[in-house]
Amino acid sequence: MAVIKISNNKTPIKEQDPKVRAHNFKEVVLGYSLEEAVAEANRCLQCVNQPCVAGCPVNIDIPGFILALKNRDLTKSAEILKSYNNLPAVCGRVCPQESQCEGRCTVGKMKGHEPVAIGKLERFVSDWEASQETINIPEISSKKLGKVAIIGAGPAGLTAAADLAKMGYEVKIFEALHAAGGVLMYGIPEFRLPKSIVEREINFIKSLGVEIDTDSIVGRSITISELKNDFDAIFIGTGAGTPSFMNVPGTNLNGVYSASEFLTRINLMHAYEFPESDTPVRLGKHVVVVGAGNVAMDASRSALRLGAENVKIVYRRSEEEMPARIEEYHHAIEEGIEFHWLTNPIEYIGDDKGNLTAVKCIKMELGAPDASGRRRPVPIQGSEFTIETDMVVEAIGQTSNKVLLSAFPELKLTPHGYIEADPETGQTSIKGVFAGGDIVTGAATVILAMGAGKKSAIAIDEYVKSKKVAR
Amino acid sequence: MFEITSKEKIAAKEYEIWVKAPQVASHAKPGQFVVIRTSHNGERIPLTIADFNVEKGEIRLIFQAVGKTTYEMATMKVGDSLQDIAGPLGRPSEIKKYGTVLMIGGGVGIAAILPILKTLKDAGNKVITILGGRSADLVILKDECEKHSDELIVTTDDGSMGMKGVVTDGMKVLAKRGEKIDHAWSIGPTVMMKFSAYTAKDLGIPIFVSLNPIMVDGTGMCGACRVTVGKNIRFACVDGPEFDGYEVNWDEVMNRLRQYKDQEKISLENYMAKVGDLSWL
Repeated sequence: MAVIKISNNKTPIKEQDPKVRAHNFKEVVLGYSLEEAVAEANRCLQCVNQPCVAGCPVNIDIPGFILALKNRDLTKSAEILKSYNNLPAVCGRVCPQESQCEGRCTVGKMKGHEPVAIGKLERFVSDWEASQETINIPEISSKKLGKVAIIGAGPAGLTAAADLAKMGYEVKIFEALHAAGGVLMYGIPEFRLPKSIVEREINFIKSLGVEIDTDSIVGRSITISELKNDFDAIFIGTGAGTPSFMNVPGTNLNGVYSASEFLTRINLMHAYEFPESDTPVRLGKHVVVVGAGNVAMDASRSALRLGAENVKIVYRRSEEEMPARIEEYHHAIEEGIEFHWLTNPIEYIGDDKGNLTAVKCIKMELGAPDASGRRRPVPIQGSEFTIETDMVVEAIGQTSNKVLLSAFPELKLTPHGYIEADPETGQTSIKGVFAGGDIVTGAATVILAMGAGKKSAIAIDEYVKSKKVAR
Repeated sequence: MFEITSKEKIAAKEYEIWVKAPQVASHAKPGQFVVIRTSHNGERIPLTIADFNVEKGEIRLIFQAVGKTTYEMATMKVGDSLQDIAGPLGRPSEIKKYGTVLMIGGGVGIAAILPILKTLKDAGNKVITILGGRSADLVILKDECEKHSDELIVTTDDGSMGMKGVVTDGMKVLAKRGEKIDHAWSIGPTVMMKFSAYTAKDLGIPIFVSLNPIMVDGTGMCGACRVTVGKNIRFACVDGPEFDGYEVNWDEVMNRLRQYKDQEKISLENYMAKVGDLSWL
């Protein structure tokens, strides 16, 4: 039997130099060349049990697209990807691959080996496809099976919309903001996910016949009962949508932001291009970011790019419990973000004009495990200290936005205020109304929201068909 | 795109426009607002819905040119379009029969008080209105307010119209003559709302104020508009814009309005350098 020689490490990928990129908003990772991508594809064992596929929330035929790439059949490779995933260029960039496909890769289980760089290959293939002059638009069923309203043009809504359009439904998305994309547009920064790529993916979805109505706030500019009259089914994918605050004294001082506001100003409103763009954002010199998830990484790295002299992340737990994607964490360290573990803000201090000047913190230690299974951080009495700062960004999570929910009181919610929905179908307590993504699960990942959108698309199809038969 | 169908100058640097926005018009209620953007690079700013016409599918916006966006709006012509209008946003005013209501409006805030006043009148309330301005030419919409009020008092800082003084002086006149007021609304410059809330408290009149903090999305997504009411942090866009005037932390509201003062100046100066003389506004 021939011995297969597989290099231990992933094929290195070109990135902007940390010193340079810390001052611009251009994409950090530059991507593979064809030769690099093929070399990386050759590390895939094409194993029979395909653990990677089971690790993917939308079950992409990963060995299939990699094999086509190996054979340099990029058209086929892209076709395979797109048949499972409507936003591959996005997922290749923002999925937590280390806990999904790559986390289960057989090569990664071999001693001293890194898994196949599946995310980077997904990115390569979808970027290649986008650079082609003509993009394959899959055949769309011409029979009109029914009309579906989608609330929210984020990852869940876009995915459900695209799948339903491919099946032959007339789909209209109602989006509250002036641009489609949801968190991909207002949340994830340009340097991690260029907006041109999001727009490209959205244009693909529009090319399937999906209509997107922006500036359209369901519950305000259009009511649920209007939607029920006009559509056969409704999918709610509004996202979690309201920032949580620590609620420590001084939260409303000038200079204290929610990450949602800070990132929306930068990403959706292009405040980093001020004054060419009208929306401003505070340019903090000494910035403190609270939290250690992906949003905290995005906020801290954005503050650095806006010209901060130093950016500190304070997190009440330790490095081990940090929820951020490992690549973002490494990038943040390379760029010079400081991490202060086991540290929690207890008060913001301001001057007589209401401007933030310092944050008072307390040191924490880890106690017994809490409900999440992680050891609970407990304050160490007498360990208070002060950090001078002119800007704090709280990136500590979100709760459910009530604009839609308060206009839809018959919809059953969970004790945490999210929509109660069947995890397999997205079916809510109301017939014909489905929901998925963060408004069901609470803040999670892009790919999980997409997975929920996919499952709901299938369930909606079954529901509408059965309803029409019953008639 | 949202087309401007009519435009009128109502005072120095103050304009009234009607804009095509059928979805907003058919769902709007008094007390609500919209978030608008003039162009692709535009900032999202909140503006009160001063009136709406469901049949024509139009809404009426009244604004004063104070920053880049409102200056740009002031230069727009009939036939031009706003890039975005999102709304109606915020909780509508609580309309019911209170008995006698006192409606206090100042500056462009008069545009916000008008639709509430009209609806309260229709709901069977006795409506007493106080309009305040620095001088006579800044007291906008006087005739319309008067038409829907049982009594109208005008106060001007310079005495060029009505009584010389500020709106709180008008409130005191009413108190002195023993007018029993069941509820009040005050909408206008923050400092005016602050002092009318203080005076209302002294006189034992419950009062709503309509806050206009800096907003981004206007749908509760970002928290830019947070205010302290009582002991709680509230979002003006979804919990308001109207709050109990006694409970608002006014100094904080004013501090937060000044957050981007420097950038606002840069933005406006750049715009003026680009478009030239705007003194005609």
